[in-house]
Amino acid sequence: MPVSLANSGVLYQALKKCGIGLVSALPETWLVHLIRMAEDDPQMILVRLAKEEEGVGISAGAHFAGVKSAMLMQNHGFLASINGIVSFAQLYRIPLLMLISYRGHFGERDPWQTQGGGATEPLLRALGIPYSFLDDPAKVEKRIAEAQTWAYSSLHPAALLLTRELMWEEPAP
Amino acid sequence: MKRLECLRAIYDKLEGSLVVTIMGAVATELQSLGHKPNFFYLQHAMGLGSSTGLGLALCLPQQKVVVFDGDGSILMNLGGYSTMARYRPKNLVHVVFDNESLLSVGGFPTATSTGTDLEGVARAAGIPHNKTVKGLEEFTRAFNEAMRTNELTSIVAKVEAVGPSGYVTGLALLENRFQFKRYIENLK
Repeated sequence: MPVSLANSGVLYQALKKCGIGLVSALPETWLVHLIRMAEDDPQMILVRLAKEEEGVGISAGAHFAGVKSAMLMQNHGFLASINGIVSFAQLYRIPLLMLISYRGHFGERDPWQTQGGGATEPLLRALGIPYSFLDDPAKVEKRIAEAQTWAYSSLHPAALLLTRELMWEEPAP
Repeated sequence: MKRLECLRAIYDKLEGSLVVTIMGAVATELQSLGHKPNFFYLQHAMGLGSSTGLGLALCLPQQKVVVFDGDGSILMNLGGYSTMARYRPKNLVHVVFDNESLLSVGGFPTATSTGTDLEGVARAAGIPHNKTVKGLEEFTRAFNEAMRTNELTSIVAKVEAVGPSGYVTGLALLENRFQFKRYIENLK
């Protein structure tokens, strides 16, 4: 599977460096290595979800408990979480660090991902959720740390879009 | 059996626990008995009360966590039963006040009024301890037992579809949220 193992490792180490103690996740192709790394880490609480919106409640509970968390999901999982993001995280000023795999953008071959790809950024903007892109492994650690810093200083959700460039190693034709 | 009677019967037992309620009658009625800093009322995000309790319970394994849920809310997140069951934190007590109704929006019947059995759903999802109770004494016994038992427990309390005349209270949502977090910080 051409999901980048090396860059998944860069992402995971960046999360660890930020003091993340709980990760909620719903598997999707680009996230498989990351989720496995969380599973293999005895210091990490991994919560595998039935639906991504549950992750908002779990992250809120973790925040109340003083544990830093991250949500790993596909952009369709972000779409499925919007009520929780608005009527819990934004209403109650909960810092959420959302790592969203940006499927359905240029280069996507799966037709079923394409509509969600087009909706992702407009929806983040409509909700007033700041986001940046994770596209260069050299900048992953800094961007995650900055997003987390902002999420905690503003007490607001922040999003990082995991791009194809970072996550997918297309085999040579 | 009325929800308010249930809450009154076990109110004293909530001391020292982290309590999460859903929106609507249960939040208002618990506040009417006396707000405490260890109570958090999730006044929207229907379905996520149980998820919030799960997050708390997993991060604070030594701390008892009680969730007061409702049929309308849990029906919006039946998958939440399977996630709770998957991690089955021993310190989590989940209570569903099932009035078979979306009471706060005018009393529209939910699927539990036409036969959906939440205890059956919870058991099939893998929750280890489950009980449906219909009388106050039975509720009190089941709740006290769940608080003593070191096992994830889900109680479905069948209650009448009656509640307070209004739902907005004097406690601001953010005041509640910051007070609750501060309470937990001070436990350490």
